[in-house]
Amino acid sequence: MGISPVLWQFLNKWLTSSALFPKEASTIAPYADALYFFLLMMTLVGVVIVGLLVFGFSIRYRKERNPEATQIEGSTLLEATWTIIPLVIFLVAFVWGALLYFRIYNPPANSMNIYIVGKQWMWKAEHPGGQHEINTLHVPTGRPVQLTMISQDVFHSYSIPEFRVKREVIPGRYSTVWFNATEPGVYHLFCTQYCGTLHSGMIGTVTALSPDDYQKWTEASNSGMSLAQNGERLFASLGCNQCHTGQAGARGPNLAGLYGTRVQMEDGSTQLANEAFLRDTILNPSSHVPAGYKPIMPTYQGQISEEGLIDLVEYLKSLKTNYRVQQTLTTATSTEAAPTTPGMVKP
Amino acid sequence: MSTIVSLPDQSTAALPKRNYLNAEHGLLSWLLTGDHKRIAMLYLISITGFFFLGGAFAGLVRLELLTPAGDLLAADTYNKMFTMHGIVMVFLFLVPSVPATLGNFLIPIMIGAKDLAFPKINLLSWYLYLVGGTFTLTALVLGGVDTGWTFTTPLSTHYLNTHVITTGLAIFVAGFSSIFTGLNFIVTIHRMRAPGMTWFRMPLFVWSNYAASILMVLGTPVLAIAIVLVVLERTIGLGVFDPAKGGDPLLFQHLFWFYSHPAVYIMILPGMGVISEVIANFSRKRVFGYTAVAFSSVAIAVFGFFVWAHHMFIMGVSNYSALVFSLLTMLVAVPSAIKIFNWSATLYKGSITFETPMLYAFGFIGLFTIGGLTGVFLGSLGMDIHLTETYFIVAHFHFVMVGGMLMAFLAGIHFWWPKMTGRMYPESLSKLAAVTTFIGFILTFFPQFILGYLGMPRRYHAYPADYQVLNVLSTAGATVLGVGYLLPILYLAWSLKYGEIAGPNPWQATGLEWQLQSPPVTENFTEIPYVDYEAYDFEWLAHKQKQEVTTVG
Repeated sequence: MGISPVLWQFLNKWLTSSALFPKEASTIAPYADALYFFLLMMTLVGVVIVGLLVFGFSIRYRKERNPEATQIEGSTLLEATWTIIPLVIFLVAFVWGALLYFRIYNPPANSMNIYIVGKQWMWKAEHPGGQHEINTLHVPTGRPVQLTMISQDVFHSYSIPEFRVKREVIPGRYSTVWFNATEPGVYHLFCTQYCGTLHSGMIGTVTALSPDDYQKWTEASNSGMSLAQNGERLFASLGCNQCHTGQAGARGPNLAGLYGTRVQMEDGSTQLANEAFLRDTILNPSSHVPAGYKPIMPTYQGQISEEGLIDLVEYLKSLKTNYRVQQTLTTATSTEAAPTTPGMVKP
Repeated sequence: MSTIVSLPDQSTAALPKRNYLNAEHGLLSWLLTGDHKRIAMLYLISITGFFFLGGAFAGLVRLELLTPAGDLLAADTYNKMFTMHGIVMVFLFLVPSVPATLGNFLIPIMIGAKDLAFPKINLLSWYLYLVGGTFTLTALVLGGVDTGWTFTTPLSTHYLNTHVITTGLAIFVAGFSSIFTGLNFIVTIHRMRAPGMTWFRMPLFVWSNYAASILMVLGTPVLAIAIVLVVLERTIGLGVFDPAKGGDPLLFQHLFWFYSHPAVYIMILPGMGVISEVIANFSRKRVFGYTAVAFSSVAIAVFGFFVWAHHMFIMGVSNYSALVFSLLTMLVAVPSAIKIFNWSATLYKGSITFETPMLYAFGFIGLFTIGGLTGVFLGSLGMDIHLTETYFIVAHFHFVMVGGMLMAFLAGIHFWWPKMTGRMYPESLSKLAAVTTFIGFILTFFPQFILGYLGMPRRYHAYPADYQVLNVLSTAGATVLGVGYLLPILYLAWSLKYGEIAGPNPWQATGLEWQLQSPPVTENFTEIPYVDYEAYDFEWLAHKQKQEVTTVG
């Protein structure tokens, strides 16, 4: 008697790739699996206890052996026992899970940042060096990588099962996740939030490369312009530099060194200048007016793509001095020397 | 195997001359009835229809997933299939299943009332259910809807061109059906208990339906509001969920899960009530820790309202609010554990027999234990990140909803079938069905836990080839499961005409409903009973039967 070759092929494929657990390919994975085994044990013990009780009593107290039932009210002690013991076990699961959650969602400070833009139905990755990818992601091993993600349309979710990480990709808002790949290899990348017709086509691969291979890959797939360089061009072409000159008395605030600081707002609050803040001030300037400035900046909603916003954000993050901003301004204006108004006093 | 079944002598027995089934004749006497028992039967017929419709969608989904490529259905069609499966099963089958059929039939009788408090509203709620069902069918015939049963914005408001509005209205209307049923139960249980029927003499079935009714009345309006906002966003461009207009797409999920998590308890609590009745009766014992079981239902109902955001742990909610919701989720798991242990302890020193309802109840205990404990995986924050939105979720809620609720529903239908129809179902065939269902269920859904941990996302029309083996197992199981569900409909229909005459109390059970003729008369009780015994008091029953024998003798 032979096993059907088709079935054999299935079984073989399944057993050799990943029978019960996906590969552990990130530093998080062993932690996640440890919790998983704890919860599996909890389930197994629970099912065995309930099974023993139900089957044991069914055999011992079946009508043939025990024709007359003995009426029992209940027992406060037993009720307390099976309230408290499960509660304690569930609380362990809670604390353990919470620790893991904070580990997965709080990136280390030194992680390298890659931007992900999700749209129906593809994943775009934007590396700081300007490399673009669609439905693939190349990352180095042995180094924390943070993904800053945003959706252009509906909710998506970025899932890498072998790394045990996943996070919702939300329209109009940055969300982040991080991992540190340990094993070079090619892994599944899924969109796990249902996002319309070709939801199941929104898949790809994550390729973890050894640092040397990653170096080769970044050089080979260089587009010639880094994200910040693209952003600098946009900054000039959209006319941002007209107001944000960095000079005293400019209509817009000085943006050099802004990233990471706390900004005093017109309404008295302070806001942290992070990626989300930078993106939102471009789209909704009127809700982020810094103290001492007038709400005169127009919105750029609908004029810049998410990729363009990423370029601008990267540019602003890298902006340490206004030297180049002023350079572009002077070159722009030097050809047409404006007539000075007689009697005007410069401040 | 010994049995507790005691039927009247079949050569002389006949159905009672006057009962609720033959009190009036003609279609109109059914369509305009105010009798809670007839309305229950109307519900039973309609939800069975929708169950098989929803089952057919599930069958197509499983068949598509037999192969990794999307080869049987187009992607759009597949999406419509799982959406319609979810909507039909949740809103048109699971929510009304036990409360609207068994609850409707039994709650007034169990507490010694002649009907529900508002018989006409009861009939109205069935009509609202039908309107909701008709709207759903209309949406289906016009081309279906592919939002998923969760209607996630902005996908449902801005990106899909299917019949979201029609389906939304269907759910809105069906929601009112469930609000009215809940309201009716609450008023009836508060105001219409027979003299002597104190709260702690009520059968646990009544307690659990009471808890579920509170959830229906408080939770369903929030869903109605959320759905109406989606419909308004599609029709007139209201921007509550639209970030471009200052709205928040995540707000929809908060509103949706504020109902839809309690809805899980709306579905499961009445089923737990059935299990309490069945386990007590077939072990000939009162339920161990009656008060603990009764209050655990109420505890589930209360805690159930404060755990909704555990559906959104990866959605960018603040880490600290995730912490709170995870903790509350762990707390809500405890009352379910209490119930499981109390049912197991009820068997201790009982005198147990294994008729079909009891087999289904054992199935419930096993599958619900797994379903409940895998819920702890998902409530545990860090684990949820890896497991959510995968087949693990699918397996978990099918273990609870199908392994738990559907098993309980079938246990209840078999248990009260003789009371509802006056005839017994065929015992050995039904045992076969119970076992088939159990095996089919495990084979269908157990592999999905593994698939989920491997990372296979839910709602996928095509998938990577390395997941195929487990999917083939799952589809094979679904076939067995389908047979397990088709059997009861066949033999129950057969038994309507050919089943043995059951007599008033074939199970020798203690509930008030079993002290009446089967099927009961329209007004249930010719005189309102005085209740001087607690639920599941088998000594009272034995005493009563002895007295009857003496009187007749």
